[in-house]
Amino acid sequence: MPLFDQLYNFAHWLAQDRTEAEDLVQEAYVKALKGFSSFQPGTNFRAWMYRILRNTFLTSRTGLKPTATVAIDSDDSPELPAGLETPETILIDNSQHQLLQAAIDALPVHFREVLLLCEVEEMSYQEIAETLSIPIGTVMSRLSRARRTLRASLQQKLVRT
Amino acid sequence: MDDWSPKLETYLDGELSASEMRTLDAHLRTCPSCAADVLSLIQTKRAIQSAGKRYSPTPEFRERMRKSIASKPRRSPIRMWIGVTAAVALLLVVGFVTSSVRQQQIERQQTFSELADLHVATLASANPVDVISTDRHTVKPWFQGKLPFTFNLPELQDSEFTLVGGRVTYLGQAPGAELIYQIRKHQISVFIFQDRAAGRGLESSSQSQKELSFNIESWAHDGLRYFVIGDASGSDIHALADLLKKAS
Repeated sequence: MPLFDQLYNFAHWLAQDRTEAEDLVQEAYVKALKGFSSFQPGTNFRAWMYRILRNTFLTSRTGLKPTATVAIDSDDSPELPAGLETPETILIDNSQHQLLQAAIDALPVHFREVLLLCEVEEMSYQEIAETLSIPIGTVMSRLSRARRTLRASLQQKLVRT
Repeated sequence: MDDWSPKLETYLDGELSASEMRTLDAHLRTCPSCAADVLSLIQTKRAIQSAGKRYSPTPEFRERMRKSIASKPRRSPIRMWIGVTAAVALLLVVGFVTSSVRQQQIERQQTFSELADLHVATLASANPVDVISTDRHTVKPWFQGKLPFTFNLPELQDSEFTLVGGRVTYLGQAPGAELIYQIRKHQISVFIFQDRAAGRGLESSSQSQKELSFNIESWAHDGLRYFVIGDASGSDIHALADLLKKAS
């Protein structure tokens, strides 16, 4: 099964629950096998698989929850206040690993997915655009906002601990 | 000075244009503040990458998936995926090769039919040539300053061909020489262009073809692209082409 481990990781990040992630992956593979004819040769296979998985998630119970979909169109919302940058070297420390994971988990899903596709799956902006069915410009603005939101929330967490 | 800070993340994602990449590379060597930012961004990137690889499927789930997929198609899922991947790869390769071959054919056809048009238009003109001379030592120098290249013309004393004259012509916005030769009552055009301007879809080795029942022969030599076209027989066209090849 191509991409099995990566797709599972991504599904679990999206659904934030093991059982649900397993259901998502299973459904995505069934859809992919059934709909293989809809895959256009010459287009990106990986982006196609992730798109199926993500669409499956969006129509799932968790994906339809209002908390998960709110702010999907907030790419144009006001900029976050600047000057929240902290010394990011603090993140190298392995003890901050869980803190970082919690911060990623706390991101709205449309920030979380774009960040993971870029940093973990190391997709190009073009691939991300294909996966999420959004223009490259939106990929860039969303990614930048996701990173800023993550930094801001990390700083808050660091202050609190 | 440009403010690079908004672009640093794009830079680390490898998504700046090649020229911006180079400019920023150079900038980072001289700007300690940007270099420090880049360093901390790299560390964040690495941290997110390792934190992001958080979940892995349980062995039970992996096994369950393998079975559930295997039970549907008769072939094993792995072989099925290999088959599918191979088929896709094959389609891509075949598609690419045929489309580029097809593209070459189309370009060659376009070039040849444009040349046929030029040849006909020249012969239909009241003044087919701008330099009228049977002497190659008159015709060749006439092109001086009119073309960005030069060429040699063959000695015709022992052949049936006579030189009628020449003119400047254009193909695909590039200037070239058109020489008119005569054999018996047939007039033949020889076109000479720069190969990079006129060689679309053509190989450097000699090619002959019929286009609208004109005979055409074409080859490239020393960066120049030669075409011999006319209603004379294929062997006459070939004989003139040979003379030109020997001269060049």
